[in-house]
Amino acid sequence: MYEGIVQELIDELGRLPGIGPKSAQRIAFHILQTESVDVTRLAEVLTEVREKVHFCVICGNVTEQEQCSICRDPRRSHATICVVEEAKDVSAVERTREFKGLYHVLGGAISPIDGVGPDDLRIRQLLQRLADGTVTEVIIATDPNLEGEATATYLTRLLVQPGLRVTRLASGLPVGGDLEYADEVTLGRAFEGRRVVEP
Amino acid sequence: MLRTHKLGEADRIITLLSRSHGKIRAVAKGVRRTASKFGSRLEPFMVVDAQFYEGRTLDIVTQAESLGSYGSDITGDYSAYTAASVMVETADKITDDDGSLQQYLLLVGALRSLARKEHPVSLTLDSYLLRALSIAGWAPSFGDCAVTGEPGPHTVFVAQLGGVVADRVAPPGSPRLDSRTIALLASLLSGDWADAEAADDRQQSQASGIVAAYTQFHLERSLRSLQHVDRTTA
Repeated sequence: MYEGIVQELIDELGRLPGIGPKSAQRIAFHILQTESVDVTRLAEVLTEVREKVHFCVICGNVTEQEQCSICRDPRRSHATICVVEEAKDVSAVERTREFKGLYHVLGGAISPIDGVGPDDLRIRQLLQRLADGTVTEVIIATDPNLEGEATATYLTRLLVQPGLRVTRLASGLPVGGDLEYADEVTLGRAFEGRRVVEP
Repeated sequence: MLRTHKLGEADRIITLLSRSHGKIRAVAKGVRRTASKFGSRLEPFMVVDAQFYEGRTLDIVTQAESLGSYGSDITGDYSAYTAASVMVETADKITDDDGSLQQYLLLVGALRSLARKEHPVSLTLDSYLLRALSIAGWAPSFGDCAVTGEPGPHTVFVAQLGGVVADRVAPPGSPRLDSRTIALLASLLSGDWADAEAADDRQQSQASGIVAAYTQFHLERSLRSLQHVDRTTA
């Protein structure tokens, strides 16, 4: 235990995800030994990010404006929406440079055991976006874990409507891996999702 | 596998119910990475043969082999997923480090039944809850009076008193159930599926309400997953 504000700083840092008591103490002492100007800059950025950054009114991605840069971009296809769990998943898909449509961030996945049900996610907003018939395909890109799969099942059941194609991201073997090391669940999914190879 | 919590960058804290060592909490390192060799085996509803070594606070998972893979079949049916979530949350709350082979076998059997769609989801869940509570020492009575032992049939159900009770000992205002609902509850407790599946929707719905109330009363805390149970296709 340290005195006063040093302990307060350690306690506050320790509340951040992935930061344990030891890490919090290390970061606190790093801050104490850092140039004053750098610490001031960090404090300013932390304040600014809370004041300026909010969620896009259309897709739920993080943005400093009312709409995010992807929703504002006229070159993006408005016929396809990729549904992801978190805003950080948008940047993961964007890094592939494969997808040219729009996104919809749910804000999590259905997890009854954690008290998260469909009403706690941005599913109603997704249905509103589909109402005018512009969107012809919804790609469900929730995490390939239990909660993500259950959320995909729920959405698939909900999104049955004429003229709308609902697809799910493929699951399977990681590129660069050896088949013999694949676990049976992943390998089973790879078999299920196999596709015809064109000559 | 009962449940998981994210830990750090790519790890998870997992909670398992074991055959003979009760509930175990352990760290599974790197399982959230796509290249993880056993990440998919350490998801809720999986039955695994796992090896641990003792850590300072939590054990560390070193190996996991699948014994039963029910996750994908259960998540493919949203109603089954919500029911299975209630089952694992109940098992998490009802068991401790001492271990109960009966609770373990009951949970594995219930998850397998859900995955194979052997019985309607809602009935499977209600039957699991009644039996799990019975193993834990809170067996409800659906025949003789839970207070006096007076032979039934009785139709007044009082969760606080442990089941159906004779009219003369029932607290004023206690709900009176349809005798067929009482019979359904008894069938769910004993595993008489032919009789249970013959019950109509109204009786099943009434029985589910009774089971939920009885479970929450005896666990002395609410089950968060219970309010999300989807009975639309059950």
